[in-house]
Amino acid sequence: MSDSAQLNHTTDERIKEFSKLRKALIRPELGGIVGTVAVFTFFLLFAYDSGMFNSRGIMNWSIVSAQFVIIAVGAGLLMIAGEFDLSVGSMIGFAGMMIAIFSVTLEWPVWVAILVTFAMCLGIGALNGFIVIRTGLPSFIVTLAFLFILRGLTIFLPQVIVRKTIIGGVKDVAEGDWLAVLFDGKILTGLFSWLGEEGLIATFERGTRAGQPIVSGVPMLIVWAIVLMLFGHFLLTRTQFGNWIFAAGGDAEAARNSGVPVNKVKVLMFMMTAFCAAVFATCQVMEFGSAGADRGLLKEFEAIIAVVIGGALLTGGYGSVIGAALGALIFGVVQQGLFFANVESSLFRVFLGVILLFAVILNTYIRRIITGER
Amino acid sequence: MNQEERPIIQMHNIEMHFGSVIALSGVSIDLFSGECHCLLGDNGAGKSTFIKTMSGVYKPTHGDILFEGKPMHFDDPRNAIKAGIATVHQHLAMIPLMSVSRNFFMGNEPIKKVGPLKLFDLDYANRVTMEEMHKMGINLRGPDQAVGTLSGGERQTVAIARAVYFGAKVLILDEPTSSLGVRQTANVLMTIDKVRKQGIAVVFITHNVRHAFPVGDQFTILNRGHSMGTYRKSEIDQNSLMTMMAGGEEIQDLEATIQGEK
Repeated sequence: MSDSAQLNHTTDERIKEFSKLRKALIRPELGGIVGTVAVFTFFLLFAYDSGMFNSRGIMNWSIVSAQFVIIAVGAGLLMIAGEFDLSVGSMIGFAGMMIAIFSVTLEWPVWVAILVTFAMCLGIGALNGFIVIRTGLPSFIVTLAFLFILRGLTIFLPQVIVRKTIIGGVKDVAEGDWLAVLFDGKILTGLFSWLGEEGLIATFERGTRAGQPIVSGVPMLIVWAIVLMLFGHFLLTRTQFGNWIFAAGGDAEAARNSGVPVNKVKVLMFMMTAFCAAVFATCQVMEFGSAGADRGLLKEFEAIIAVVIGGALLTGGYGSVIGAALGALIFGVVQQGLFFANVESSLFRVFLGVILLFAVILNTYIRRIITGER
Repeated sequence: MNQEERPIIQMHNIEMHFGSVIALSGVSIDLFSGECHCLLGDNGAGKSTFIKTMSGVYKPTHGDILFEGKPMHFDDPRNAIKAGIATVHQHLAMIPLMSVSRNFFMGNEPIKKVGPLKLFDLDYANRVTMEEMHKMGINLRGPDQAVGTLSGGERQTVAIARAVYFGAKVLILDEPTSSLGVRQTANVLMTIDKVRKQGIAVVFITHNVRHAFPVGDQFTILNRGHSMGTYRKSEIDQNSLMTMMAGGEEIQDLEATIQGEK
């Protein structure tokens, strides 16, 4: 069997050749790609003059999209592994509040505050996973409990400690901190000022920063989004662990019979989701300079919607990280685009509901194609 | 034909009690490499319990199991798999949404090192899957074809090919044909024959004598936890097997009753 055993593929006359369209349809990213093209086409046609596509406008929707991407990567991997995490939004609020309490109220160095917060979030993620594995309860219920537990603590702790639900002043203490820069800094500032000098992007015309570009660089938030997306995609499609993620979500019992450490995979994916929530929270706290008890509200659902638009099946075992990221991009572009196009922002929710329904129906249809169910 | 050889597995006087229920009372069989040993019996006869003692899922209450001449003690089914005893379950360890090659190597993914990274060697996995499936007479559209699109018989064949590829010396098939149509059953029986000819000992569990008889070398009939004896193919015919399985004359009685009613 050393050299290519001569495979002489006789074709079975009963196997219908799949049409190109059907073949393309079973790629999980397809919905995301089509949606992205549609959304950009729409806004290029109807909101081109609104400033949505100048440097500031692009940065505006890119940042919002990047936020969605960060949590969608975690939620996507977890959903493919067959579980949900409804505590993502509360975790964002909780993590932000912890950083603020540690760094501002307790006056710890910011990098210590960030590291301790990440450790706590990973611990809570692991606990979520552990409870799901041990009790066999649906993760939906377990993480719903943590949605309330964490949100409650996020409101309770600052009230007890400083009698407020918003803690500010993070920006001042984070000044010059080596770890905070990883969440707050900007890269490619040189490129952007060159672009500004060349007149390729808009610059300030007056004031102390006259001549400098309005958009001075790519925020770390966007870098995190891209890095997490590439990492997740690579992990899922190119590694042994990725195969285990699909297997754990596809059929946990069958995977166990084949020697896949399903419990380990699921717990690690809960931790991955928690990590993504902590990244989101840290970026947000560093950007706003404050932590509020209501941060991250409804983010868990937005993450799940982005993942579903990206082609993942709610039942697990099928999906794509790139798809989830495209779902997040659609999300961000539409949310900000409606604002640029001067459309009443409440309509965004209507759009969201419609596209969610459409995506789920499409995914179910695709599932039938793959599994041959009728 | 292999009677002079030492059996690969000897199970001697296996008893299995679950609380007050005696599921097996003193069943013995010898398994030989390159032979297909059929375990026949009605539902509840103890077939599944018996093979589970063989594959390390249960520890027998009494009795000895010798594997390659040495006493066998598996604490865990995984140890049994490592030793070369593979079970293809009625409910397959296959995931419909995943591709054939991802299923084939599930839990045993080939690794390709690129610098410090350990990658899943998909090209290798795809190539081996296509080759192995072709050997079993199944032509896939491609290695990325989802298992969900295969027929039940083809899925059984994938599972069998996988066990063989990963070095099974003893292959236990738990009712592989029970939910298949005639043609697919024939395909699975062909696969069993191919596997046997590679020198693997096959244990074929079924309640259908007509499926067992064409491929079996030896037949052991279980009835309510008792062994009704082991026979070589030359010593017995299908009707006697059928009669023993039914536990006596019940089928004939039934036939007479139904005919009489006409």
